[in-house]
Amino acid sequence: MNSLFLTNILNLPLLVHLALPLTIILVYALVAIWGERKVAGFIQDRLGPMRVGGWHGWAQSIADLLKLIQKEDIVPTNASRFLFKFAPFMMFAASYAAFAVIPFSSGYIGSNINIGVFYLLAVTSVLTLSIIMAAWASNNKWSLLGGMRSAAQMVSYEVPTIATVLTVIVVAGSLNLMTVTEMQSGNDILGFLPNWFIFQNPFLIVAFVIFFISILAESHRVPFDLPESESELVAGYQTEYSGMRWAMFMLAEYADMLLLSLLGAVLFFGGWNSPFGDFMGGPVWGFFWFMLKGLLLVFVMMWIRWTLPRYRVDQLMHICWSVLIPLSFINLVLVALWELIF
Amino acid sequence: MLRLELVLDGEIIKKVKPHIGYLHRCFEKYAEEMDDYAKVIPYTDRMDYVSAMNQEHGYVVAVERMLELEVPERVEHIRVIVAEMQRIASHLLGIGAFGLDLGAFTPFLYLFTEREKILDIFEKVSGARLLYNYMAVGGLMRDVHPEFKEDVADFVKTFRPKIKELDNLLSYNKIFINRTANIGVLPVEVALNYAASGPVLRGSGLKWDLRKDDPYSIYDRFEFDIPVGSGEVGTLGDCWDRYIVRVREMEQSLRIIEQALESMPDEGDVMEAIPKRIRMKEGEIYVRTESPRGELGYFIAGDNSASPFRVKARAPSFVHLSMLPAISRGSLIADMVAIIGSIDIVLGEVDR
Amino acid sequence: MKSVEEILEYLSETFPETEFEALLGDVGPARIKVPAPVIKDVAKFLRDDGRLLFNTLMCLSGLHYPKEEEMGVAYHIHSTKLGHSLALNVRVPEEKAEVPTVESIWKTADWHEREAYDMVGITFTGHPDLRRILCPYDWEGHPLRKDYEQQEFYRGVTTNE
Repeated sequence: MNSLFLTNILNLPLLVHLALPLTIILVYALVAIWGERKVAGFIQDRLGPMRVGGWHGWAQSIADLLKLIQKEDIVPTNASRFLFKFAPFMMFAASYAAFAVIPFSSGYIGSNINIGVFYLLAVTSVLTLSIIMAAWASNNKWSLLGGMRSAAQMVSYEVPTIATVLTVIVVAGSLNLMTVTEMQSGNDILGFLPNWFIFQNPFLIVAFVIFFISILAESHRVPFDLPESESELVAGYQTEYSGMRWAMFMLAEYADMLLLSLLGAVLFFGGWNSPFGDFMGGPVWGFFWFMLKGLLLVFVMMWIRWTLPRYRVDQLMHICWSVLIPLSFINLVLVALWELIF
Repeated sequence: MLRLELVLDGEIIKKVKPHIGYLHRCFEKYAEEMDDYAKVIPYTDRMDYVSAMNQEHGYVVAVERMLELEVPERVEHIRVIVAEMQRIASHLLGIGAFGLDLGAFTPFLYLFTEREKILDIFEKVSGARLLYNYMAVGGLMRDVHPEFKEDVADFVKTFRPKIKELDNLLSYNKIFINRTANIGVLPVEVALNYAASGPVLRGSGLKWDLRKDDPYSIYDRFEFDIPVGSGEVGTLGDCWDRYIVRVREMEQSLRIIEQALESMPDEGDVMEAIPKRIRMKEGEIYVRTESPRGELGYFIAGDNSASPFRVKARAPSFVHLSMLPAISRGSLIADMVAIIGSIDIVLGEVDR
Repeated sequence: MKSVEEILEYLSETFPETEFEALLGDVGPARIKVPAPVIKDVAKFLRDDGRLLFNTLMCLSGLHYPKEEEMGVAYHIHSTKLGHSLALNVRVPEEKAEVPTVESIWKTADWHEREAYDMVGITFTGHPDLRRILCPYDWEGHPLRKDYEQQEFYRGVTTNE
């Protein structure tokens, strides 16, 4: 039933394939920015936006968007004009392009290629490049400092990310994310638990923890948000950006957060599979479960942001190189051994 | 409004040159223009606007010592209670801002909720939330409101568990410790040479508190401890030690407030000892009191007239800021933020 | 704890050629008046002598006495080890207001002396970096002098008066 659906879907015009993830990202971004402010408010014992739109200020993001659209477009005098203007779009394009291989439901995946994970990780590396581009083109020493830190951070943390993703691939045996999800269907573990990878192999729990820490660092969230820490570097590589260009950076950052959370949901928590087996299963429910898992991870990221202080840049690097990378590789070996034995 | 000129080598700071004076409001010149010593008191509020009651307390103690004036018991007790509550409020702001600079956004808001309770009591007492003009030479401007004792006792009861909450949330958080331990180490001998005082000096291990070592007002009647830094996590005299001294001090202030509430006389006119005209004889005096930031000293010179000849406020933040180049050489930019936060400066005091 | 008279005795012993005077006003403790040229040596003695051990300089203030046409510097020092305090006064004539710096004795004097220079106009000889601290670096005049007139224009902008 699945492949029939897919063949039908793949005959749809290209525009639909482009529009669908874009709509999801844009709607999600509006909701997530409002959600972040609400979460921040409630954790800090206050209310957050309350006025715009009536119920709990739900239209706050829309109002912010309208405000940002009508701002003056400022490009610093000595900045490299083309690179300055291009950087935010490149960043968004990189996050967006990776959504092509995310299986949103059993009935829909943008592009069912056999090297899904490989493609995703390769495309998200372009994010690092766009940050350096933005920092350099701004002609501002604070931006440059922020950009350098950011580049170092993202490049370093790609290693544990890839190592943990590899761990799951070792268990699954395929790089295609749709196949990975299909392998997690059913409820066979201990009789009632869903077949998700995180329950199949205890070392995958360790892998998930390392993966989560790495994606916090990849998407510049506290405790690893030194590149954009307000109190130290004004706004890091985003300092010279205002109005819609800055909004594009925000959009790219939130899209990146969603992308990596969805990746985590696919790899560890069964993607679009319902936890109850066939009950509440099927293509439409699948989309709901998938987004729920992804958004839950996004919520945990926000929760952590408002609880913990931030790390200094050399401590950040120390954690990556001295702790996470050795751990993730040892974990890889242990997972492989477990698979071999059981 | 602090401008630091840094000479960097990559991320490492080679030289620091602070530029101040952006908030200079000519407090000392104005004090000389006033035609009464009592008219200087609102100006003293505005120097360190975060702990205004302590600024006023220092000034009135200095003038009273020069006039050799006896102050009624009730006035002394109210002054002590109000000064200690202000100390707690100031530490809440200092600690909150310190956390905020390091990226911990939430403790700032939790602590400000508590600070609001203190400011509410101050509003009932003096009419203002931040700059009070409440103390007068020889007494107070007006008596406290009738429910003062209950309000303060309520506050003490609800505030004690919050210090524990702060400890759980921020003090022993691994990330916070990583950012503040072993950073900005200040050895005791260097601190004394730079005339450090207050939590900065106590963080380096020296048990030095002006309320015990050079007592003024009625502090010698109360029992309280003096927390010092001990290198508990990291080195003795680092940023974490200075921070934890402030946290522990708040607990000791609560003890003083409780004892003062108990021994406070219920009757008494707070304005009976206020002199109608202050005519200062010729002489110079330097009186120091313990403000939340350190040793606040007032150097007053009189010349047999009603208007002050010279008033100099020795602000603790001014002195501590001059130490900055010495303790921050060789640290990273991110550490600079931690060091400045742990010294807890208020620019109003630095520039006057 | 030593009293002012005892300290005066020690000083007269150690610096026999210099004349120290104890100034006593109607209020406040007695101050020791030290001639300007020897203030640095006196400060070093006060800090290092085993009976005195004045290890902190609490406050250093510049004053202007228009009646006697003198500038003054008031030093307030304290010993945390022995618990006694002392006030020193130095007077210099208005036209030649120069006092040796004590920055090498107590590092805290660095900024205090800069402020005294900025506000009253006393030059501290030997100071490593004597520039204005509270007023802008190109301000004219010394504000806390009794005969100070504020400049009318600062960099082309009228100063309010």
